[in-house]
Formats: sequence, C-alpha cells, structure tokens
Amino acid sequence: MSRAAAVVGVGQTHHRSRRTDVSIPGLVREAALRALEDAGLGFADIDAVVLGKAPDLFEGVAMPDLFLADALGARGKPLLRVHTAGSVGGSTAIVAADHVRSGAFRRVLAVAWEKQSESNATWALTVGQPFSASLVVGAGGYFAPFIRAYIERAKAPGHVGWAVAAKDRRNALLNPYAHLRMPGITAEAVAASPMLWEPLRYLETCPSSDGACAIVLAAEEEARTAPGPPAWIRGAAVRSEPIAFAGRDAVDPRAGRDCAAAVYAQAGVDDPRRGIDAAEVYVPFSWYEPMWLENLGFAEPGQGWRLTDGGATALDGDTPWNPSGGVLSTNPVGASGMIRFAEAAQQVRGRAGDHQVEGARTALGHAYGAGSQFFAMWIVGSERP
Amino acid sequence: MPTDPPGPGPLVGAHTVAFPGGYTRSTGPVIGRFLTELRDGRLVGVRAASGRVLFPPTEYDPRDGSPVTGDFPEVGPAGTVQARCWVADPRPAHPFDRPFAWATVLLDGADTALLHALDMGEGAGTDPPRSLRAGLRVRPRLRPEAERTGAITDIACLRPEVTGVRDTGRLDYTVRADAALTRYLEAQTEGRILGSRARSGAVYVPPRDVDPADGTPVTGDVELPPTGTLTTFSVNHVPDPRAPQVPFVTGYVRLDGADVDLLALVSGVDPGRVRPGMRVRAEWLPPGERSRARPSIRWFVPEEGAEEQAGEAEGR
Amino acid sequence: MSAANPAHVAVVAYAADVHPGGTAAAEPALVHRAVTAVLGQAGIDRSDIGFTCSGSFDYLAGAPFSFVGALDSLGAWPPISESHVEMDAAWALYEAWLHLLGAEEGSGIALAYGFGKPTQGSLPDILARTLDPYYLAPLGVDADDLAALQARAAVDAGVCTEEAAGAAGAPPADGAAAVLLATEPAASRIARARGVRPAWITGLEHRIDMHSPACRDLARCASAEQAAAAAGVDKGPVHVAELHARHLHEEALLRAALGLGPETEVNPSGGPLAADPVMATGLVRIGEAARRVADGTADRAAAHAAQGPCLQHNLVAVLEAAPEGGPR
Repeated sequence: MSRAAAVVGVGQTHHRSRRTDVSIPGLVREAALRALEDAGLGFADIDAVVLGKAPDLFEGVAMPDLFLADALGARGKPLLRVHTAGSVGGSTAIVAADHVRSGAFRRVLAVAWEKQSESNATWALTVGQPFSASLVVGAGGYFAPFIRAYIERAKAPGHVGWAVAAKDRRNALLNPYAHLRMPGITAEAVAASPMLWEPLRYLETCPSSDGACAIVLAAEEEARTAPGPPAWIRGAAVRSEPIAFAGRDAVDPRAGRDCAAAVYAQAGVDDPRRGIDAAEVYVPFSWYEPMWLENLGFAEPGQGWRLTDGGATALDGDTPWNPSGGVLSTNPVGASGMIRFAEAAQQVRGRAGDHQVEGARTALGHAYGAGSQFFAMWIVGSERP
Repeated sequence: MPTDPPGPGPLVGAHTVAFPGGYTRSTGPVIGRFLTELRDGRLVGVRAASGRVLFPPTEYDPRDGSPVTGDFPEVGPAGTVQARCWVADPRPAHPFDRPFAWATVLLDGADTALLHALDMGEGAGTDPPRSLRAGLRVRPRLRPEAERTGAITDIACLRPEVTGVRDTGRLDYTVRADAALTRYLEAQTEGRILGSRARSGAVYVPPRDVDPADGTPVTGDVELPPTGTLTTFSVNHVPDPRAPQVPFVTGYVRLDGADVDLLALVSGVDPGRVRPGMRVRAEWLPPGERSRARPSIRWFVPEEGAEEQAGEAEGR
Repeated sequence: MSAANPAHVAVVAYAADVHPGGTAAAEPALVHRAVTAVLGQAGIDRSDIGFTCSGSFDYLAGAPFSFVGALDSLGAWPPISESHVEMDAAWALYEAWLHLLGAEEGSGIALAYGFGKPTQGSLPDILARTLDPYYLAPLGVDADDLAALQARAAVDAGVCTEEAAGAAGAPPADGAAAVLLATEPAASRIARARGVRPAWITGLEHRIDMHSPACRDLARCASAEQAAAAAGVDKGPVHVAELHARHLHEEALLRAALGLGPETEVNPSGGPLAADPVMATGLVRIGEAARRVADGTADRAAAHAAQGPCLQHNLVAVLEAAPEGGPR
C-alpha cells in the first residue's frame, strides 16, 4: 500500500487575457502565496517545489524554473520542472504527489502557469521547423477534424457543442477567478458567433489566458493537522501514446481510456457516473465534453452527447462536469490542467464557493495534451483511502 | 459691426500682439520656490493650512483662499491620470508634432492635480491608445538639467510608467533533415510519394525509421500512389498565408495503400461540398517550383476533374 | 528530506549514443538507439517497463514539443505511464526514482532517457535564454561569459589555477542516453543475467540556488554542497566520481563541493569535456558511475549533474555495490 498524500492548500490567480499588472514571478507568486495561505504555511515549511508549464516559447524564457526558483522560495531545495504539453498542469500535480508518496518529502508545493500575453499561442505552438509544411492553424485547426469525425461517428446534433459552451460559461459566472465572464450567455449566442474551424465556432473555443495555479500537497500526518479539510488522493495516473500510428483512434484515444481505468481501479470507482460527484475535465473545445464523456466511461461510445443534451453535466445535473467553468472559460495553457486538479480538490474540501457541488465527496481532475496523446488524471476524496 | 470697405473683396491685414522681449513675471515666494526646485530637478508642493498638499503650489488654498504654510513637501514623481484628452492632430504650439494627450495628473503625495502633456509613445496613432484611461500611472520627464530654466515646461511631458519590456531576442539554427525525410522530400521533387513498411506490414507516410506502435525498425521504403481518401477534415475560416483563400479545407488523406493519414490542404472544390470518404488526388507544384526543402504536393483535389488541373500545373 | 528506503532502487543498465561532430539523425533515432541498447543489455522487453521519464529542451531545436516526437521511437503502445522534464535527463531519472519509491503498482522497472541536438544552434546563446528576462537576458551576457565570471572568482579564491580557468569548455555533441532503474526482485534478476552487480542508489538529492550569479559566492557551489551532504557522499570512500563539469574550473569547484580528495578518480570516462550530449550529459554521469560499480571496478561512486548559470542547480547521486545492510 502506497503512502497517503493529500491536497491541503489551493490557490489560483485571477485569470485574464493580459495580466499586465504583474511580472512572471508576480503571477506565479500570486497563486503560490494563496495556496500557502490556504494551507497555513510559508515557503519555509515547503520541502520541494514542482513547477509545470507548456512550451517555453510562450514567454521566450527557456527553463524558467531557473529564474523563478527565488520567487518560489526554492533556494536550497529540490525544484523540478515538468513539461508534458497540455496535460502538464495535471502531470505536475501528480509528480508532486509522487514526491510525497515516495516518503522523502512531507510538504510539496506544485505550481503551474502560463503568461500567454507575452507572445501569441498560435505562434508558440506551431513554430515550424524547416522541411515541413504545417497547415495547422492553432489548436482549433488541429482538433476540428477529429471533432467532425466524432460528430459523424456519434450522429450527434450540432447544437450539443453550443450547449456545452453556454453551460461552462454560465458556471464561470459563479467562479471569481474565471477569465471569461459572459452574463446571459446562451446556446443561441454561441451559435451566432463566427465560424472559425468548421464545425467549431468562436464561442466554442477556449480563450488564451494569463494565469497560475498552485497546490500544496502533504503527507498523512501533515494533512491531518492542516487547518483546512484535506483532499485525499485516491488515485493518480498518467498515460501516453504516439501521435500517429497505424490503427490509432485519435477521437477516442486508448491512452485516455487506460488512464481512466487505472485511476478508477485505484480509487475503487466502478461506475464513474455514479461514483464521481464532480468532474473537472479538460474541455478546450465544446465537443470535447461528449467526446471525453465516452472516453472516460461516463457514457457508452456514441452516447456522450445525449448526457450533455439532457443536462446531466450541468451544475445541477446528476454528473456535473466543469462546475468552475472549465478550460472553455479559463485557459492559461500550462496551468489549465492543474486548475482542473485543484478545482476537483476544492469540491471535495467543500471549498468551491458558489460553484460547489452539494455534498461532493469524490471528484475527478483530468488533463490531456498534444495530439490527444498525453493524459493525466487524479481522483480526490474527502475520506482518507 | 463695421461695414465692409468698398472695393474688390474684403480688405484684411495681419495683426500680432506680442510684448517685445516678453513679459517679465515675478513669481513670488511660492511659485518661485516651486520653479527653483523644479530647475534643480525636484518636484515640491506646498502644504495648505488644512494639511492638503497643493501641486503645483499656490500661495493660497484654491478651495477656500486660506494662506498656505511654509512647508514644501516633495511629491511624486509618479502620479495617476484623472482627466485626459487625445490630440490626434497637433497644432504648432503643441509640445509634440505627433499624437499625444493632455491629462490632469495627481502626483503621489499631492491633493491637487497638474495639467500637462502626456506622451504615449512614438507608436501612438490617431486613435487614443487603449491604455490611456483614468488611473494610468505616469511620471514626469524633466528636460536635461542644462536646458532647465525654471519654468513649468522644465517638465517636458509626462509618460506612462514602465509596465513591460520588449524582448526582441532571436536564435538562429541550422536544422539537418534526417535520411528518411531527405528521401521523402527528394522523391517528391520527382513527383513520387515515399512511405515505409513496418514489420507489422503497416505502411507509414512520410517514411520513418521506427514503427511508433512497437518500436521496431521499419523494413524499407515503399512508393505510394498520389491518390487516396479523405478521412476527416475541417473548413478553416482563419486566414493563413500558406492557404489559397479563406475559407480553406485542411484534411487527413489516407493514401491508397497507406495505414496512416497525411495532413494536407484540400482545394479545387467548394468547401461546402467536401465530404469524408471523398476520393482525392495530389496536385503537384510545377517542376520549376519544387524544392527538396519542402513538400512538393501543393494540395489534394477531388479525383474527378483533377487530371485537367494537374495537367495544367505540369505544363506551366 | 531523505527517502524512507532509498536503497530500494538500482541502476541496472545504461547506454548512450553520442555524436561529437553532430549528426543528421533525428532525435527519435538517437533515442531509439540508446533505448534499444539498454533493453538489449538488460534482456527485457519494452513492455516490462512500468514507468518512463525523459529529459529534453525545446530551445535546443528551436521548436516546441521535442519530447512528443521522441515518444515515437519507444513503441509506446499499448499506452505507457510516462512523464517528461524540461531538464537534463538526470532529473528525469530522479522523477523515475521517486515514482519507483512510491509506486503502488507496476513492474518495478523504470526507464529514464535524455536527448538533444545542440549542434544545430549556438549553445551559449540558447542557454542565455534561460536567464532572468528582466535584468540579465537583455544585457546580452551568454553562458560562456558567465562561466568565465565564475572561473575568475574561482581563481581569485585559490580554488583553481589560471590555466584551468582559461581552458576551453566542452564542445556540445548531439546524442541520447538511457538508464534502466529497478527495484527488487527485478534489479538482482537483471544484474545476474548480465553478469554484473546492481548499482544501488543509496543517495539521490538535488538542490537549486538563487538564480543571479550576482547573488551568489561564485567561488563555491552551495547547492552542490547541500545536495552532496544530503546524499551522504561523505559517508564512505568515493572511488569514482563523474562530475557534470563543462569547464575545468567547474570540476575544481565541484570537487570541493562534494568533498572529494585525491583518492577519488574524477571523470574516468573523460567527462563532459570529452563528450557533452546536452540534456543527456548529466544522465551519462550517473550511467558511467553506475557502470563502474556494476563491473566491479568501484564499490562506491558519486555522480553529479548540473544546470543553470554558474552551476545554479545541482544533483548528486551515490551508487554502491551493496549498501550497508544490503538492499531489501
């Protein structure tokens, strides 16, 4: 039996398109200090720091862990920098949990961030090398063909994407840290927004945000004596598969299915729709909600859109997805995965504020990256495993 | 009103009022102290009887006319913009010959504001910059000491505080194509498409050294036909310099005989008529435009009617 | 901050594929050779690996997601449990080691690998992009300048000679390296099959210092001292030490930081001055030290990896043939 680890502190920044009021260290500290305050700790109480973010080309600072070490009180401590594309926020939390579960560390600070306004996401993600003729315009251009393939495969009606986009933005109105705030948002408004990458419309895509998220993880004894309720890690797993190979299903990737199966087995979840009270799932484009509902086993293949369409994933539905507003409302890429993991923890700590799912005891945090090929997930619970 | 004088057209004459040599103005104890300090590079206000700090200082509190004290506290240098207007088309008397703002600014430590010119930078155009708003933090730019005379224009202007720096660093690389990629691109200059066959029998295109599904080296190259089937696609409404027009279609093409898709542009068809399962065929760049530095397939077009277009391209 | 049972994990195989003059081969090909070689040495299949972690650096190639392509060379199907650090692969080994210590499930075998092609660009300029973007990077100071700054400080403090300080640094090489870690019973099984000894990791620690070289006493390497002390380098004789020194003055500073005396053979492999496959160089140090323990020419070895300006971030490993009390 592995050692226990729990989330005892959570902090995030107010996310915006441009946080020009802060430097990079200031942004990172805003989240880190909130998490430490939540945990009733200071930097001196932290044994190790784990930092995650997406490609360094976003800010043009290579290996920024080196210059951020001082800002995170890491001098004289171990500092690890994780990078697993879009799943990195989740991977970073899991690597921090590995620190605690190894028995070598009592309290670990995990921080993930992105300051997208320092450059341009499309540029940073598709800086082309010679000899290729990449025709992919940003992440939307990459994922849209797979979304189309899903819609055809599942015979899903077009309005489901609009409904997801409106639902997540409505949830974001209940989250004081969320980036997009669209009072009165409706599926009709989403449907009326400009077409970008057919079948994706403008309001069906995630924003580019500046933001950071931080989590304090603790070993069992430190978790029991923390000032706030701990979120116990019941299961954690990562899975990766190559981006292209003969027979690959990029719409319903096996790495996602396997990763989910691993965390469900660890957490003793037989049926995720019943066993998980709240899910924070990486949905950067509206249609990834029904796609991941199926990939994560909340619905049978081809049936995910029916759950969304029937309101099951709404905040008052039977299986709320992204009560925080999700990636569709807030997307500092490198931090987006950790925000999912942190929001899941806040749900089982009873600290999700206005977007709290009543009585949530078990929650899923999920992140994925690159060509739907890197997955990180954890299940947290209010009870020690 | 005087009546127009008789004759052809109105009679006009230039008239200037300017006191020769300029007026001599005595400044008194308060304004004089302020300008003297300013000439030395210090910004001082004066404390009113109420405790308020007036800047620029006057001998009286403008609020109630009460005399001020003899206390001249330093203020600023930073301050906050209150009212402001944008001057898109400056006049000769203006301190700038390019767009700028006038603003009232409350310097830190002062209770009354200063009106002065606000320089929003050389890049500012006729529309006011978005950052020009109440609350903008600014600082005065003083003229160099040798040029200061003891006048309010010793403050050349105000300008926004530094909130960002521009990093224009660049790195240069020399990237080498590996052997498989070199073969692929060279074959394309001859109008051939190379793939590779894995031990499992799967055919990869472009060719690779190793089968990603099992990590074993591939058995060798195979040549693939320029025809295939569109598996899925997106109609792209975001402009891209590499695409012929907006909207354009990017799609995954499964070449006949291949086991993985090739990401490609699809052209020669109304985007609204593109369907998964559509048969497509590569359209090559004309031989003169091909280079081994990049793929020579321009895009894929529907198989029906593709030959004529391809023929045109070849013959150009 | 010491692991409950660090002697649980051993280095059981190591291989590298290094091209000092650079190569046209793509990163996945380099990784494939190194990984295929360690699997061959250990006589195991890729499906026997329970956890994989790699180290690489996007800026070496000037494009994002270098690790995504490398995954293609592993045969990562069915999907694998895998992670990546944007650091020298010695830190990938560290993450894999932590994972094995806390693992609830899995085969007890982990793969760490690192790769890079630094010959495609100017390494001093690329490393300059790691500097503080407000106060250091805009100055135009590069990694070689900062190394010279530290060399001068080392000379002034009598830590190294003028000749050592003025010597040329390591020329970067393209390459990849891979290391297999294992817990018992896999560790002993693999070592027996290879006819070698497991190189037990009895200490593995890393520490980072303040970033700006202007904040530090450059004549010593405080974070290497801290890592060495925590890893327990001084708890026994060190027969062999592999140090991640890209300059001779760095070797002198690190000898002092690790407390190595004349009895310790330093960089018998030639060290980074002989071959510097950037992003794998630190992992190579661990691999080379472990090789000496494995083949019986050393009973206790130290390995060191560094990154950041003027040795800002240091990792120290202690490898032993049979730790006190023996492996569990």
